[in-house]
Amino acid sequence: MELSGAEILVQCLQDEGVDYVFGYPGGSVLHIYDALFQQDRVRHILVRHEQGAVHAADGYARATGRPGVALVTSGPGATNAVTGIATAYMDSIPLVVLTGQVPTPFIGSDAFQEVDAVGITRPCVKHNFLVKRVEDLAETLKKAFYIATTGRPGPVVVDVPKDVTDPNIKIPYLYPKKVEMRSYNPVTKGHPGQIKRAVDLLLQAKRPVIYSGGGVVIGEGSESLRELVRETGFPITSTLMGLGAFPGQDRQFLGMLGMHGTYEANMAMHETDVLLAVGARFDDRVTGKIAHFCPNAKIIHIDIDPASISKNVKVDVPIVGPVRQVLQDMVKVIQERKKEIDRPAIEQWWQQIEKWRGIDCLHYEQSDEVIKPQFAVQTLYKVTGGNIYLTSDVGQHQMFAAQFFPFDKPRRWINSGGLGTMGFGLPAAVGVKMAFPDEDVAVVTGEASIQMCIQELATCKQHDLPLKIILLNNGYMGMVRQWQEFFYDGRYSHSYVDSLPDFVKLAESFGHVGMQVTKPGDLESACREAFAMKDRLVFLDVIVDPSENVYPMIEAGKGHHEMYLSPHLSSERELA
Amino acid sequence: MRHIISILIENESGALSRVAGLFSARGYNIESLTVAPTQDETLSRMTLVTRGSEAIIEQITKQLNKLVDVVKLVDLFEVPHLERELMLIKVRAEKDDREEIKRLADIFRASIIDVTDSSYIIEMTGSGNKLDNFISVLKPEQILELVRTGPCGIARGDKGLVL
Repeated sequence: MELSGAEILVQCLQDEGVDYVFGYPGGSVLHIYDALFQQDRVRHILVRHEQGAVHAADGYARATGRPGVALVTSGPGATNAVTGIATAYMDSIPLVVLTGQVPTPFIGSDAFQEVDAVGITRPCVKHNFLVKRVEDLAETLKKAFYIATTGRPGPVVVDVPKDVTDPNIKIPYLYPKKVEMRSYNPVTKGHPGQIKRAVDLLLQAKRPVIYSGGGVVIGEGSESLRELVRETGFPITSTLMGLGAFPGQDRQFLGMLGMHGTYEANMAMHETDVLLAVGARFDDRVTGKIAHFCPNAKIIHIDIDPASISKNVKVDVPIVGPVRQVLQDMVKVIQERKKEIDRPAIEQWWQQIEKWRGIDCLHYEQSDEVIKPQFAVQTLYKVTGGNIYLTSDVGQHQMFAAQFFPFDKPRRWINSGGLGTMGFGLPAAVGVKMAFPDEDVAVVTGEASIQMCIQELATCKQHDLPLKIILLNNGYMGMVRQWQEFFYDGRYSHSYVDSLPDFVKLAESFGHVGMQVTKPGDLESACREAFAMKDRLVFLDVIVDPSENVYPMIEAGKGHHEMYLSPHLSSERELA
Repeated sequence: MRHIISILIENESGALSRVAGLFSARGYNIESLTVAPTQDETLSRMTLVTRGSEAIIEQITKQLNKLVDVVKLVDLFEVPHLERELMLIKVRAEKDDREEIKRLADIFRASIIDVTDSSYIIEMTGSGNKLDNFISVLKPEQILELVRTGPCGIARGDKGLVL
């Protein structure tokens, strides 16, 4: 079979089993778009901005576990994609991003729409390629998918100059079944000796905590994690990215930890004697001040990426390997030696934890007059039974969602944790909905975040994506305002989002349904109405209390035991 | 602590910038870096001298290993090894100085590889220290131009960096 470069590229996507490509055409990718036009196995989803294309591919990947694919043109197409690529990189999401490039003879000549895409994206990709010859295209794409999806996943950029896709140059096509790279051999199995050492430590623990991260979701380790937690009876906390790997309403779950984590989770971290970190990377938002982090604990760390181990916090027992396999092996050993667990000590530990939990640190003061953002998230949970995919943007609403929406399945909570990209939620939901057209997909967002990629409402219309957008509208960049209140004496420098559009009319102008809710009493019925409209995108503009803050909070650079609680709870703290 | 890291890396365009980019992005310092292809032309060998605490050096080697183009590396600091650096130095050599400089070059087992009426170019190989010492015995005003490669290193005996 002889094919042109453009046809090879599309054929590779088919052979790789890609069903959706999120993209935006332009001069350098016209040959590719022509090849896409002449087939119907790979469906192209036209977005309205390249950032949206990459976020959509990212949302698709997070929800399905399969690699997301984006296609953008050279120059501004590539630079617009960079935020999306960096977002995926920080959260280890498998993507293959195809960027057009000017024809090879023009590279380096400052040609129209030329940028050094490989150079610009280098620090925020797992790997990238510039394809200089059409003969290299198929193998490079195979490598790109292989690298993106194995080991610690991540985005891979393939920069394709226009002449490489020339329709007039045809060569024999063969898609390699597999590739081997002498320089890239991800670890496939955790070391049994280390696993045994870890179990030895765990079984001796008197105040253990399991700290689970996004790696458990990405590495499909949720089932094994649940087994481990049940077998041991130990408490478990989760990072923002790990939510859903363990059921949010289970008694053994302490809630999220870190800057906006629960009192019980953070205090348990502070007092623990053996910490089992699984697929988590000791991010600064989790650890707080490193010097105060788990001061009395021996630390076990399971991670697929050796570079994550002892990067921020020195660990005692590192285990490099895929979380699922390592956890399965650990469970086997623990099942045999279960009776070694110090049950009375664990029971006492739980009594302490229950005291902390008794403070009810997420409690907020309900109002009949104004909708509390926490209440809005709780209402969303009540109305949907939690049985939705929920994407979010970045800020207070993201934290409220993480705190008040107890996810019980992995891959249901889709947000930009590492990079913290405002504008992520709506386009990510596009990707999720393409992957799961029969599931309810909601976006929780703020009036500042949503405006960063609002243009994707048109994408939703064109591709008929009935998302539910829950806008927690407080008129401020809430998290910025909160920091300004706490740390800048209430000087609200540029955090008031002035001149807001009428979101109801805005949604309607894109062809969707817009609704506004201002009273707590109307919220549930509005929410039910929105989810009842199965075939329409509903944009729910929920006017919420502008003064609400996210509690608990650990100030940057403080330890886990130095949380602020909501002012009305501060006295409770002494009791525990 | 000074470490000398030897790296086998795919001989592909952009490979060098991945290494250099890693160091600047993560704030690690590079004292010197030399790179050239090996007997296997698909591979380059890089020698990188850096400084840092044990924890930093551990991160550097892990992050380097994580680069897809890096095939293998070794921290030569941990094994018996040899280091050599090449220096070319152009010195002013006039009148009485000509004899004196020639004598110094002989003592340091350096070779004069270019001669004009007023200058020599001296070639010298050795450890960084030896090169430093040679520079210090010259008068600063005698040195017209100086270029050093930075060290390259190799492990002694059975240990080594091979595929």
